[in-house]
Amino acid sequence: MNGLKKALGLFWIILGPASIIFMFMQAIEKVGLAEEGVHKTNTALQWGIILFIFIPISAGLVIFGYYALKGEYDKLPED
Amino acid sequence: MNQEPQQSSIFKVIGASSLGTLIEWYDFYIFGSLATIIGSQLFPADAGASALINTLAIFAAGFIVRPFGALVFGRLGDLIGRKYTFLLTLVLMGGSTFLIGLIPSYSSIGYAAPILVLILRLVQGLALGGEYGGAATYVAEHAPANKRGYFTSWIQTTATGGLFLSLGIIVLTKNILGAEAFADWGWRIPFLLSILLVGVSIYIRMKMHESPMFTKLKTEGKVSKNPLKDSFANKANFKMVLLALFGATMGQGVIWYTGQFYAQSFLENTCHVDFNDSRYILLWGIAFATPFFVIFGSWSDKVGRKWIMLTGMLLGVIFYRPIYQVFLDDTDVSKIEQKDIQEVGNPVITRTAVAGTADSLITTSSTVILLNGASFQKVQSHTQYADASKTPTVLPEVYKDKKLSTGVFWKFVGLIFFQILLVTMVYGPIAAFLVELFPTKIRYTSMSLPYHVGNGVFGGLVPFIATLIASFSGAMPLSGLWYPIGIAALSFIIGAIYLSNKKPDHSEAETESI
Repeated sequence: MNGLKKALGLFWIILGPASIIFMFMQAIEKVGLAEEGVHKTNTALQWGIILFIFIPISAGLVIFGYYALKGEYDKLPED
Repeated sequence: MNQEPQQSSIFKVIGASSLGTLIEWYDFYIFGSLATIIGSQLFPADAGASALINTLAIFAAGFIVRPFGALVFGRLGDLIGRKYTFLLTLVLMGGSTFLIGLIPSYSSIGYAAPILVLILRLVQGLALGGEYGGAATYVAEHAPANKRGYFTSWIQTTATGGLFLSLGIIVLTKNILGAEAFADWGWRIPFLLSILLVGVSIYIRMKMHESPMFTKLKTEGKVSKNPLKDSFANKANFKMVLLALFGATMGQGVIWYTGQFYAQSFLENTCHVDFNDSRYILLWGIAFATPFFVIFGSWSDKVGRKWIMLTGMLLGVIFYRPIYQVFLDDTDVSKIEQKDIQEVGNPVITRTAVAGTADSLITTSSTVILLNGASFQKVQSHTQYADASKTPTVLPEVYKDKKLSTGVFWKFVGLIFFQILLVTMVYGPIAAFLVELFPTKIRYTSMSLPYHVGNGVFGGLVPFIATLIASFSGAMPLSGLWYPIGIAALSFIIGAIYLSNKKPDHSEAETESI
């Protein structure tokens, strides 16, 4: 199990930036597709909120992956 | 030690803590449940710059600031104590809710109205961010280690209880006053009522004592001097904060908000079920499922927290799409055959001018009653052009205000009950789970942040993100479900692999390291 925990650590490290890139691409596409005017402003605002919230969380996932890769979760305090 | 006085004392602690937390959830949810009316009263009818404030206030502001409230009040709770901190959050929440009920409409004070609402909504979010962690910690620190799941599960019923109370009071006020008076001024009553509830709760909480574990720490001079640094700059603790977020609270949040908020939004906006029917379905589902918070919380004391929570997430991943497909199929009236129709009411025709043109929108609406007792409004619209030579544009038929037959109504209650049952599985044991992950001196800070990022951000944004996904071109009505399903699946995998399933040691007394 400890081997799996470490191996998946690499996956979480990749998943963090991958999710940010995916969200950026979605934001650019959806804002681009929105009608000019209020609708475009609202769409840009909605995606701005999503990016503002999820970028730090994705960064947290990278740190989580790094800890997993380093074996920090091999033995938890309550074990 | 005498067992009975101990039990009665812990239930006083639970009662006082739960009442305040329930009121805070009530305050938080009436805003969401009345968002449409608040929007029409406090924001300008036309869009423009105010649309920014409108979107921020209604969809996200209260949720986004919850983690910040967790940091501010969590730190305070670890420095000065649990009792005074969650007393402060209660005052802030009650005060801001009451003031929302007093804000004049946009027509009276213009842009000051939405700005004031936004500020008060931010205060609500901050207060809620500080309240829950304090209440859960306070109860857990009074409870024996082998019954933490059971005792803290009472606190867990308050979020659903707050939602139930908010829906109940809204439906009751609307039914007493009538739809017109409610939309005009009656919507303020649930907000104003909050001050009475908060007053009672403050009176009860003032009589409470500080948590015994925190008092012990204070006496021994072991209180953390910098809880934020000790929680997040200390690798040993920060790694547990991340594990709690990704392996538990993230999945718990989306299951909670899908079962109780997105379900209602889906029934009302996608299936076009009648306003009252969709709320009654949720009220019944909540009423039947709420006892299971305590059942699963108590069971987690015997079998451990991990697998109960993760099973709830897995069942959500498996069953969400089939459940919502049933909602769609059973409210699809486009395939109804003539033999099923009992009566079609006289059509009501309305003509509305199309802004900026001499054209008109002609709407024909008729009530259709079916043999099984169900009914709905059939709305047909077409644009009639001022230029008579142009062919009218016929818009697609719309079916709305669907009142369900008795059989379908109870079937939907059952499906909502099942979803809330999953909520009770993930949410019942989670307070005890979080409390046990962190040491007393930084517990309030450490458990509040992952809880409010998971529940408030991942969960609170479910209706918003799911609706956004469903609005993409080429998306199907069920496409929005991929967000909660994906997050719950990810949390299940991380939880299953990385979390341990520690069972409380029934043989020993509280020997927790502080």
